Amino acid sequence: MLHLVDPENSFVLLALAILTDGLVYAAYLFIVAIGLSLIFGVMKILNVAHGAFYAFGAYCAATAAGMYFDKGLPEAGGFLAMALAALAVGLVLGLLLERTILRFVYGKDEVIIVLVTYAAFLILEDVIIIIWGPSSLSAYQPLIAAGNFMLGPLILSGYDLGLVLLAIFLAIGSFLGLRHTRYGRLLTAVIFDRETAAAFGVNVTLFFTITFIIGAMLGALGGAVMAPKISVTLGIGVEVIVLAFAVVAVGGMGSIEGALVGALIVGLCRAAAVHMLPQVELFVIYAVMAFVLVFRPHGLFTRAQPRKI
Amino acid sequence: MGLRFGIGRLSAIGAGAALSVALTASAYAQEPVKLGIVSFLTGPAAVPFGVPGRNAAELIIDAINKGSLPAPYNSKGLGGASIEARYVDEAGSTANQVTEYRNLVQRDGVDAVVGYVSSGNCLAVAPVAEEMKTITVLYDCGTPRIFEEDPNHKYVFRVTPTATMDSVGAARYVVDKKGDIKSFSGLNQNYAWGQDSWRDFVLAMKALAPNATVDRELFPKFLAGEYGAEITSLLTSEAELVHSSFYGGDLESFVAQATGRGLSQRKTMIFSCGESAMFRLGNRMPDGTIIGGRGPHGVLARESELNTWFQKEYAARFGTPPTYPSYHMAQSILGLKAAWDKAAAAKNGARPSTDEIIAAFEGLEFDGPSTRISMARANGHQGISETAYGVFKFNKEANRPEVVDIVRYPAECVNPPDGVTSQEWLEGGMKGAKCD
Repeated sequence: MLHLVDPENSFVLLALAILTDGLVYAAYLFIVAIGLSLIFGVMKILNVAHGAFYAFGAYCAATAAGMYFDKGLPEAGGFLAMALAALAVGLVLGLLLERTILRFVYGKDEVIIVLVTYAAFLILEDVIIIIWGPSSLSAYQPLIAAGNFMLGPLILSGYDLGLVLLAIFLAIGSFLGLRHTRYGRLLTAVIFDRETAAAFGVNVTLFFTITFIIGAMLGALGGAVMAPKISVTLGIGVEVIVLAFAVVAVGGMGSIEGALVGALIVGLCRAAAVHMLPQVELFVIYAVMAFVLVFRPHGLFTRAQPRKI
Repeated sequence: MGLRFGIGRLSAIGAGAALSVALTASAYAQEPVKLGIVSFLTGPAAVPFGVPGRNAAELIIDAINKGSLPAPYNSKGLGGASIEARYVDEAGSTANQVTEYRNLVQRDGVDAVVGYVSSGNCLAVAPVAEEMKTITVLYDCGTPRIFEEDPNHKYVFRVTPTATMDSVGAARYVVDKKGDIKSFSGLNQNYAWGQDSWRDFVLAMKALAPNATVDRELFPKFLAGEYGAEITSLLTSEAELVHSSFYGGDLESFVAQATGRGLSQRKTMIFSCGESAMFRLGNRMPDGTIIGGRGPHGVLARESELNTWFQKEYAARFGTPPTYPSYHMAQSILGLKAAWDKAAAAKNGARPSTDEIIAAFEGLEFDGPSTRISMARANGHQGISETAYGVFKFNKEANRPEVVDIVRYPAECVNPPDGVTSQEWLEGGMKGAKCD
């Protein structure tokens, strides 16, 4: 029991509640947004189909959970099965989409690219209906298995703690990957100046393909990770795109730190709203985004682009 | 000469054969009745409402055509004419639905339409139904505004009572069973359904338990999916009762997350639409949750031959027991059949006109599978019925979900009287309610 937390002191309780809820929500946002931010940063493509990757990840993970659990096998294997199923579908979809549709629109007008990814999103949503039908799936076993624990007077879910740890792991992994691997450093170069990187012999097309696949896999993993908490049904992809976009807009496209800070800001503000003024909860995410963009139109962590003549 | 005779006789035999084939080929001397059925076949409302409604339509229409329903619905067809159903997906925008409605009437030539889950679609389609002079039975949408904003509907009917009944029933049950409530919180979706359900519940509680205060009023976005902050807020609040009109995926997600954090052990929850999710959730729905079914449907229904038939046939055909949207659809189609049969009987079996069916439908009293419906509001166009609430309990021995401690409230106790809007009635303390 933390001594800081005195149930009699409602201000401390409120602050703790906002902090824990904000962190959990921020973890959810970060896991979902990191793939989108990466794809936009590298390829300058706003990938609306990211929502479909998330949905496919959730559906595949839920199907895998349905097949694995209730067979008496060790629970940890179930987590692994769900993650692998999602990563596999992310790989396949990312490759498919990039090679068959996207590579024809590189360099075209941004509006065209958005329309193309939106069309892909709509098609993939219907593919979900064809494969899984209109019914919903549930994969609640990992959520129950993770149990809950007390933090002072607050009851928190073990699964939510796992989400926060996963988000931290992904953030650290991305930092290290981008800074200390050859691929990561070349990727950073491509993010900042594609033309110059190409002039130095970087195979930009290959980078695009790999990045898109990684982004798709991260999106699908986001879906898999959220599947135990939600009812996996039609429409989950739509909600997520809007939230992910808000986070990426706040943090800056292509910046991992930006996605992290953006997720934290949005998560904490939303938690504060729910606890203190629930009527504005829907509005606060977009208010934050608008506020940040007024002062930093490219997001918090993007450097100003020098004008090229 | 022989040839002419032969041809004449052959023709006569041919004509006689053709006539007898025509008479015996179908048991109906009339053209089939074309019925449009509109319900969510895709989208988030499909699983909890749209598909159960559509399935019930398929079952009932089939049974009507075969004449296999129990009495008093055991005659074949509508006034003897078989039903040809055309199913339309309610998904898409409201403008889309208005277009689909016009298509049903103008392109497909339907004689009547039974449909609509979304209140938004109901409100948009009602004036179009009047314009196109087509009998339309709204089967599931709950907004009282249809007939309160315009009481002069001729072609639009709604057999299912309004959502006001659900909130009033919830408040009555909670006050009857939980006694002295000090405060209560609400978790409802931030759009018309959630806002209206909460408003009606708060007003009903104010009338029945004036000392109870409102604690947290939470309105997460529809389809939010992640309710961590809301659950923390409810866990740390004083209120011992939590009201929610959540349904479908939102309800299932909330129950999963809330159970994971022990909310149900600390608070009593009342889900006004809980019955629709009870079979899907099974033992994941916490014992002790108060649930409603937007009427006395499913496990809340009265015993009757019709109900037994309905539950047995539905489960056999679709692999799961029918929930309240199925009952709403069944009672809507059966109400139409009762009116149609009555109008046809008055004409000795001839095909009734639209006006004659309307006249028969207005003010009609008939039995649905779960309860008696009386078309007693809005000049005989809006139905009222009793409602019921109970407590969920998962029967571990029989491995099935059940509801215990069921209390029924009569129609005149939970529905606003004629000529008074829901809001006026609630704000006025529900004057005129007859509860014994």
